[in-house]
This record gives sequence, structure tokens and C-alpha cells, in this order.
Amino acid sequence: MSAIDNNAFAHYAVVAYIKEELVMSGTVKKLYEIEQEQLRINPLPLFRAGDTLRVHYKIREGEKERVQVFEGLCIYRHNGGLRSTFTVRKISNGVGVERIFPVHSPRIDKVEVKTRGRVRRARLFYLRKLRGKSARIRELGIR
Amino acid sequence: MNQSCGILGKKLGMTQVFNPDGTHCTVTAVEVGPCVVVQKRTAEKDGYVALQIGFEDIAERKLNRAEMGVFSKNKVAPKRYLREFRVSAEEAAKYEVGQEIRGDIFEVGQKIDVTGVSIGKGFAGVMKTYGFAGGKASHGVHESFRHGGALGANMTPGRVFKGRKMAGHHSNHRVTVQNVEVVRVFADDNIVFIKGPLPGSRNTLLQLKGAVKGRK
Repeated sequence: MSAIDNNAFAHYAVVAYIKEELVMSGTVKKLYEIEQEQLRINPLPLFRAGDTLRVHYKIREGEKERVQVFEGLCIYRHNGGLRSTFTVRKISNGVGVERIFPVHSPRIDKVEVKTRGRVRRARLFYLRKLRGKSARIRELGIR
Repeated sequence: MNQSCGILGKKLGMTQVFNPDGTHCTVTAVEVGPCVVVQKRTAEKDGYVALQIGFEDIAERKLNRAEMGVFSKNKVAPKRYLREFRVSAEEAAKYEVGQEIRGDIFEVGQKIDVTGVSIGKGFAGVMKTYGFAGGKASHGVHESFRHGGALGANMTPGRVFKGRKMAGHHSNHRVTVQNVEVVRVFADDNIVFIKGPLPGSRNTLLQLKGAVKGRK
């Protein structure tokens, strides 16, 4: 990741600090703390809506376990501690397919960020109505 | 019937846990105890056998003298909540007054019953309370969108039968959820995870005990 990329996520740590130390108290904090223990050990790379991802997902076939790659555009991130999810959209044989992955699922092997997109909103649901050329996302840093 | 002692707890909220196979399970987190046995009811003196247990410390000045008497007589620290659990005589013999009860009385996979007070909905109509279908939203209907329809027949019986479902106060009463599964026990943090939803809002007092019905 380049320096420009990291700047896009610089506020994350600040937000987390404010939430944990200043806002939360009582039952909410207790629940939050116990959730922290279950978060994934190897964190996923930082990414946001607009990025193209390759999600390596472990699937079971009978007794055997193998890794399947789901490649597509991240159109939504739902941040909720342990319950965080992200939605990946791809066009498969002309049909739009969306999968929602829990960030902390033990079945996610790893996530690769292929490209970073330049988008102006956090939820790219407008892409569902678009096809072809208009459904493209400009890459970050390319004018 | 399960005759073992239960425990008091406080609802923390809901979350989820991941199983090793990757599936996840929605759970309610409950802060249980630590509780303390405050009194023992005996067959000779009280006519029934039960353990009275207290939960959550409270400042002495917040209790009146009568309330405080229970604690000073039995030499335990004052508690906010006191509840009784009916137990068998053998079970009662295992506990002493002043003994601490923690969340580790439950084991993972055990089925338990949880009692609490459900979230009150105030004065609610028949659609919300009983799931009535209500009226039509269009086709010339006026002022009758969420009504319950007719209450009964005509001259015979000439009255409305007792138990007719009508609008009124909904929830905010005692509810017991039976046979819910204990998913995780965090003995050090005094927290247990229970599968599925439980009655009441956050911070509500819950009574947890081994399941009355069903096999373990």
C-alpha cells in the first residue's frame, strides 16, 4: 500500500479511541470488551467500498476443505465490531451476484485488495441499476 | 424436574459467536452473579425448601432498616436484588449462607430456563398484540384500517364472550423462556452467552436456572 492509501484510513484509530475510551460505558462496554476477544487474529487488510477484492473463502465439500476465490467489487462495509460484514458484488455470466461476508468469520482465509476505487459514497448500491460502461469505477490516483 | 439452584443476572445485549466450522450463532450476553446465598428456607420453619440469593452490591444507606435486617442478621453484604429458588432438600444442603454462586454452575450445551420482564409496549392495538389482520387500506375503507372487526354474534348469545381479544396493555409482564442453550461460559468475567433472544431490555434482571422440562 502506498502512503496515499494509508492516509485514507488514518482516522480509523481516532474513531476507535473515542468510541472505546470516551463514549462507551456500562453494559455496552462490557459487551464490546468480550467481543474483542473473539475478533480474528490475522486482521484483514484495510479496504473500503469501491475497492476490488479477492476473497479467499474456505468451503467444505464432504470431508475435504478447499479455498474458493470470490472476486468482485466491495460495495458496502458494515462496521459492527464482531458483527462487521462486507458485501462483494460481481457479474457472473451476465448476472449480478452479491455475497455478504462476515469480517471475523474463521472461514475467510484471506482478502487481497486488487485495486482501490475512487468513489464518493460509502454504499455503492446505485451500481445495481447500472450495466456495462457506466458501472465502472475509476481507480484511485488515476486522473 | 430440575431442583438445582439458579442464579441472577443482568442482560448485557446481543451479539454473535462463530463456531469452529464457520457457522455463527446469535446469542444474548448475560452478566451472571456473582450472587450470594442470603437465606435458606427450610421445611420446618417456612414450609418449603428454597435458597434466597442476592445479586449486585448496594450502599447500605439506600436500604431501610427492615431491608437491612435481612443482611445484618445473616452477615452478608447488602444486595440490590433478592430472589428465591425452590430447590430439593439435598441441593439446599450443598449451600451455606454467605456462599458465593457464580456463572460456572452452568456448562456449555446445558439447557436452561430464563425468566425476566418483557419490554412493555404500552396500550397497543389488536394488530400488534394478537397479530390480527386489520382492515383494508383502500377500496373505500375509512377510519377502520387497524380495527379488529366484529366482537361476536347477535341476539344469541347477546353478549361478548369472556376472553375476547381486544386492545389493551401489551407486554411488560413476567416471561419465562424455556430450554435455551448455554453457548459459552466466561467464568472469570461472570458472563454467559445464551442462544437466541431473552426477555427484557438491556440491564434487566434475569433469573436463570436449569431447564424444568426436557432432557439435558
